[in-house]
Amino acid sequence: MGIHVIKMPDLGEGIAEVEVVAWHVKPGDTVKEDQVLADVMTDKATVEIPSPVNGTVTSLGGKLGEAMAVGAELIRLEVEGAGNHSGDSAPAKTATAARQHTDKAAPGGSDTVDEFIPITVAQPETVVTTVTSEATAAPAQAAPQRPASAPAYTQAGGQGSAPAHHGRAAGEKPLAAPAVRQRAWDMGIELQYVTGTGPAARIQHADLDAHVARGQRKAAEGDRRYAVLEGEQAMPVIGMRRKIAEKMAEAKRRIPHFTYVEEIDVTELEALRVQLNARYAGQRPKLTLLPLIMRAVVLAIRKYPSVNARFDDDANIVTTYNPVHLGIAAQTDAGLMVPVVRNAEARDPWSAASEVARLAEAARSGKALREELSGSTITITSLGALGGIVTTPVINRPEVAIVGVNRIVDKPVILNGAMVARKTMNLSSSFDHRVIDGMVAAEFIQTIRGYLECPATLFVE
Amino acid sequence: MNPISTNLLVIGGGPGGYVAAIRAGQLGIKTVVVEAAQLGGTCLNIGCIPSKALIHAAEEFDKAQHYASGSAIGISASAPSIDLNRTVAWKDGIVKRLTGGVGALLKKNDVQVINGFARILDGKTVEVKQADGELVRIRCEHLLLAAGSEAVELPFMPYGGMVVSSTEALSPETIPQQLVVVGAGYIGLELGTAYRKLGAEVTVVEAADRLLPAYDAELTKPVGAAIKRLGIDLRLGTSVLGLNAGGNGVRVREANGEETLLSCDRVLVAVGRRPRTGGWGLESLQLDMNGRAVKIDDQCRTSMRNVWAIGDLAGEPMLAHRAMAQGEMVAEIVAGKRRHFTPNAIPAVCFTDPEVVVVGMSPGEAEKAGLDVISANFPFAANGRAMTIESTDGFVRVVARRDNHLILGWQAVGRGVSELSAAFGQSIELGATLEDIAGTIHAHPTLGEAVQEAALRALGHALHI
Repeated sequence: MGIHVIKMPDLGEGIAEVEVVAWHVKPGDTVKEDQVLADVMTDKATVEIPSPVNGTVTSLGGKLGEAMAVGAELIRLEVEGAGNHSGDSAPAKTATAARQHTDKAAPGGSDTVDEFIPITVAQPETVVTTVTSEATAAPAQAAPQRPASAPAYTQAGGQGSAPAHHGRAAGEKPLAAPAVRQRAWDMGIELQYVTGTGPAARIQHADLDAHVARGQRKAAEGDRRYAVLEGEQAMPVIGMRRKIAEKMAEAKRRIPHFTYVEEIDVTELEALRVQLNARYAGQRPKLTLLPLIMRAVVLAIRKYPSVNARFDDDANIVTTYNPVHLGIAAQTDAGLMVPVVRNAEARDPWSAASEVARLAEAARSGKALREELSGSTITITSLGALGGIVTTPVINRPEVAIVGVNRIVDKPVILNGAMVARKTMNLSSSFDHRVIDGMVAAEFIQTIRGYLECPATLFVE
Repeated sequence: MNPISTNLLVIGGGPGGYVAAIRAGQLGIKTVVVEAAQLGGTCLNIGCIPSKALIHAAEEFDKAQHYASGSAIGISASAPSIDLNRTVAWKDGIVKRLTGGVGALLKKNDVQVINGFARILDGKTVEVKQADGELVRIRCEHLLLAAGSEAVELPFMPYGGMVVSSTEALSPETIPQQLVVVGAGYIGLELGTAYRKLGAEVTVVEAADRLLPAYDAELTKPVGAAIKRLGIDLRLGTSVLGLNAGGNGVRVREANGEETLLSCDRVLVAVGRRPRTGGWGLESLQLDMNGRAVKIDDQCRTSMRNVWAIGDLAGEPMLAHRAMAQGEMVAEIVAGKRRHFTPNAIPAVCFTDPEVVVVGMSPGEAEKAGLDVISANFPFAANGRAMTIESTDGFVRVVARRDNHLILGWQAVGRGVSELSAAFGQSIELGATLEDIAGTIHAHPTLGEAVQEAALRALGHALHI
């Protein structure tokens, strides 16, 4: 028997670390050639790792959700024949470990290999539900002394005090009749969490009912609206959510944001939009406000190109771009994504509208290409009717500006000395204050405001 | 008909396999069973059922002989004779009725039975060689391995000639004059006792220092006494060396190291059974093993997805009722139900004379598990019904936790106690306490009263002792 080590493959595009998002095997499993061992995720793509050989899994190289360096040991198999591994070299360290080394500026050089911990327990579930025992003022029942002939029945009443460990010593098998066991399986209840109120802490049908009704019990006593809730859900932050978390934290940690809010009178713009939609009904895509705002941003960038930039703060280089690759923040089931309308400067409002619709759909269905999800130079974020009156958008690092669109409200406004009803909307925009001065930012937004309040200027240049 | 495609393919039509198939059929799962011999497996054809038939015949014959020499009851009869061919034919008739019944049940539930020898090609494909030599290929979503077990052979004394396994011993053409039984486990003792009652001189050779080594000494003591009374020569601590050159005796090394020759005209080797893992392509799946048995989890899953194993193939305890329960469960899991094989106890019965039954933990096992227990015996000598059937040997014993009186185990030895296994199993599976059993009215006059009395005695207030 030999050892075959499968290393984290290089998935290209200069990616140095890859996250394990699913293990399909555990130590001791027999695997066949081409059987999928794990799913790993780069910034945007999830890739299945197949086994190149037949063998038995002896250890896994990382935990679920762990970022592993390309070339690190992903999995170790015992195989017929010689295998591909001599056995004397230490398993490669994980990306996390590698990072720690650089952070610490390890004096010992490369010899300080972190301990390799094989995982012996598979973790197939991503959601761990912890059912906490009931909060109760009663102390854990220290079994009172009883006459020797009387069994120590656990007294667990419906009066709100549950016995410690559900009437059982820790690790003790829950006791239940076959019919009760079967019903619990059918209901998806783990008997180990159910309090048994029968003799010898036997779990009865009524105990299952009580378990289900828990949290609703107060309802039975009176007002369901004020029921005490129990339990908590621990959700490992992995995959897409972890990416988002990292990006957000990094953006806020590194970038000194400053947010500038201005009110825009969009009465004219709305009128134009309605008119355009009526005129081209059925011939061109229906316009929302977004493509018009996109155009205004493109035009404003012509005057203030420094906001259409990416700041590599490790190299201290700010790169401004001639094309406007406009990121449009979109909510998907997996979380926030930012598909990119490339060369937004070359699109009229209808072309921009259909491109935004196409990208949003691609992002939501998970079919967006990597190029469609990266490379933006400035971002617009809009929650439409949910836009609120003010937001503090987080910059899509390494960009230097983000324009947030708030909701439109009908407002009384003094115009030419008279009070009139106008449609107004705020733009809440954040800038990287390291490279964008307040003056520039304000002028940029005021320019956008100019275009939007006098929409003809969007089309006549 | 080539190839066949099915949802569930069961290899082996024994108690595990056919029950799985029936249940799967009930649940509307397309199911195929492959069986190389007769449906019913070891249990119906060469195990439980035929052995109980032969044991019953031997008991009846023994009883008649007992009457021939006069009896305390007052019955006398002339010396009986036995027509062994008719005995075997009667037994075969029972077997045929039962295996035929299994076939009818499978048909009723739309299960397709293919008679032939299965060979696994991969986890989803099996090739069956039928009796006429034709090969059928079967593709399946779920593969259930239920190939059972086979009698262990002694390498230095292979089966053949006068050396037989339990299979041949259950269909004898003649009763040997001198029978040597190798192994004092339940198979050796059941058959040895039957042969003794049918007239053979029987010597039982056992390497361990006591009979029925799987059970505790208190429990097996009445069996040992009865065997002695019957005139069976029990040689403990004795190992078998092989046949002698003349082929009319077995050489053994006695406990004191002395080599002796046991002359005989038949040798029954009953040294255990092992999972049938060879010869049908099982190794090609490279499943995780647990010793010789296929390793399974509490849902009878093997290490390969959608490949399941049940019964003797999956190791001890090799009992038909365990296989049946596992088979039923696998069918339900395949049908999408959530099930686990988590019995509190699996009863085991030994049809010696007297019978032995154990369900759950013995006092020794409970102590080994670190439990503080109380246990109590109720002897059949104090049971009215036992006296009326001339069988006051033996007792019922209960084992319960001291703290909450939860019943952990039952053991009994005595005539007819195998039927008490139902009560024992129920009380443990339902989680009964001593008070539950003590507070249940048991019919008088029955052997079952000893069950209630044992519980009462454990509580310190037995009524009839």
